[in-house]
Amino acid sequence: MSAARASVGLRLRRVALRQSYAFALLLLVITVAINYYLQPNFFQPGILSGNLLLFVPLMLVAAGQTVVVIGGGIDLSLGAIVSMANVVIVSLMGQESSPSQIVLALAAGFLAGTLAGALNGFCVAVLRFQPIVTTFATSFVFSGLALYVLPEPGGAMPLGLVNFFYTNPLGLPMVLWVAVIVLLLWSLLRSTRYGPYLYATGGRDLSAFVSGVPVSSVRFLSYCIAGLMAAFAALALALSTGTGNPIGGADLMLQSIVAVVLGGTRLSGGQGGVVGSIIGVVILSLIQSIVSFSGAPSSWQTLINGLIVVAALAGPGIVALLGRGRRA
Amino acid sequence: MRRLGLNPIVIALILAVILFVVGGIVQPGFASFGQAMNILRLAAFLGIVAAGQTLVIISGGEGIDLSVGAMITLGAILVFRIGDGQNEQALIALAISLGVGLLLGAVNGFGITLLGIPPLVMTLGMAGVVQGLILVITGGRVEGEAAPALTGLVSGSLVLGIPGVIFLWLLLGGAMWLVLQRTAYGRRLFAVGTNRVTAKLSGVRVPSVLVLTYSLSGMLAALGGVVLLGYTEQVFLNLGDPYTLPSVAAVVVGGTLLAGGMGSYFGTMAGALVLTLLTSLLTALDLPESARLIVYGVTLLLLLSLYGRQKALRQ
Repeated sequence: MSAARASVGLRLRRVALRQSYAFALLLLVITVAINYYLQPNFFQPGILSGNLLLFVPLMLVAAGQTVVVIGGGIDLSLGAIVSMANVVIVSLMGQESSPSQIVLALAAGFLAGTLAGALNGFCVAVLRFQPIVTTFATSFVFSGLALYVLPEPGGAMPLGLVNFFYTNPLGLPMVLWVAVIVLLLWSLLRSTRYGPYLYATGGRDLSAFVSGVPVSSVRFLSYCIAGLMAAFAALALALSTGTGNPIGGADLMLQSIVAVVLGGTRLSGGQGGVVGSIIGVVILSLIQSIVSFSGAPSSWQTLINGLIVVAALAGPGIVALLGRGRRA
Repeated sequence: MRRLGLNPIVIALILAVILFVVGGIVQPGFASFGQAMNILRLAAFLGIVAAGQTLVIISGGEGIDLSVGAMITLGAILVFRIGDGQNEQALIALAISLGVGLLLGAVNGFGITLLGIPPLVMTLGMAGVVQGLILVITGGRVEGEAAPALTGLVSGSLVLGIPGVIFLWLLLGGAMWLVLQRTAYGRRLFAVGTNRVTAKLSGVRVPSVLVLTYSLSGMLAALGGVVLLGYTEQVFLNLGDPYTLPSVAAVVVGGTLLAGGMGSYFGTMAGALVLTLLTSLLTALDLPESARLIVYGVTLLLLLSLYGRQKALRQ
């Protein structure tokens, strides 16, 4: 009896999980089709990966944001962390850095990102501040530090590294490598004990707590992971622009939340996954390329882009509404 | 803080006084009457915008309105273009501007209630749409003029050297108190924010309350934009952006629960005052921007540590 109920519950859960990015997949197909209609050479590898390469930093930030959101939080400081790690990396590197300098700069950048995440995690998980306002407050601290390290945009990355970013290792585009590595890391994370703990914490933290899940540590770690992912995004940003910018990450924060939600992860926590968020980022990039190839006047492009994004966000709700109408 | 018998409003007001006195000690001239009026005027802009944010946050369900920044800009631009410096046109322009804010706020409300989009993303998406609308209306260039009557109300002194906008803010404070404490809508709003299910079972039409709440937030943001225009007399395409998240912070510093169902506008007014004083003090100290940002962030964290904490799981 209880086993039967459990299996029903499990099946329902699986359906829900599948549905969580079923809609994202549908959107992906639609946006690809429109892109192909507007640009018949869309599928030529160079064009496709070139468009997507600009979205590598967003992909990495969205992956980190997903972990935090599944754990029941939200991180509004990830954009500022990207900016901060970005200027740390660039200011410790030059156009002709030795390998040891490069390693040192990368280590410093990743450490800065992780420590920033740890500060967020400490405030939210240990001191129990509310995530939205806390990470908003810390975003000022990180932006300030970024401006302190590098007051004006500038600096340069080693040319070899920049060129490598624009190559296709083993014939596959760089953006695909990044996506695959992120997904591998994610499935690795899920296969450890941390995976179920994270979902339990975000789902119902009190039940998780009484079942022996170390809720505070799980939450703390989720912010650290997001901070580290933001530092990876900072490296990608530095490589794609070839220079440092103390406000370079500003736009990424809110976009990352949109990508997470488009990918079917609910902001209430305990559900969703990184796969959906990566699809969400690809959808955002495809929407942007639809708008720029649609031939709409440039002053209309932001509006059209905004409307399509809202329509995409509204999609599951509209489907549910129509379904309810049919049943009634 | 309940141990000490202090409520957030009192804490915020004490903080405001401390900040003002510290400002006066550190920077001669900071604690003058003129400067005090200037700070109150700046706080009024944030306070007017945060009025809508207060309603939205009280409504609960992770309620938050991130579209207020874009709405402020749109509200200001509409008055700027339609009014075009004519006092006779100003009222019509004001009506159109507030109406558009109300309408777009209602769209937020419908998206959230009817389509089940989380408030954070719905209003974020709306911010993108409004940004697009602004670009379409202006084509990237803003032309127009602020009506002299508006500039006079905001910048000139009305009585005893006190600018009119401060009276407007106090008036709004009174109106908000009436709405929250003395109307059926106010009672329903708190009920919806405390528990949607019980509110619904008690006969409250939850969706209409929410749509009205987000509409009011859009309208108040547009009003904030109009008033802000009277101060800047110029419109930038990102005029309102610096107000979006501070409006949330003002609400929280004022003791309104982000979880909904509890809060007051007087708290938000005190919160807006504290945040504006902090910004003005940091500006007056003539610190480099990096230090200013860091101090602002750390102070905000300290404020949150006073009363922004959530319950412990271990009871």
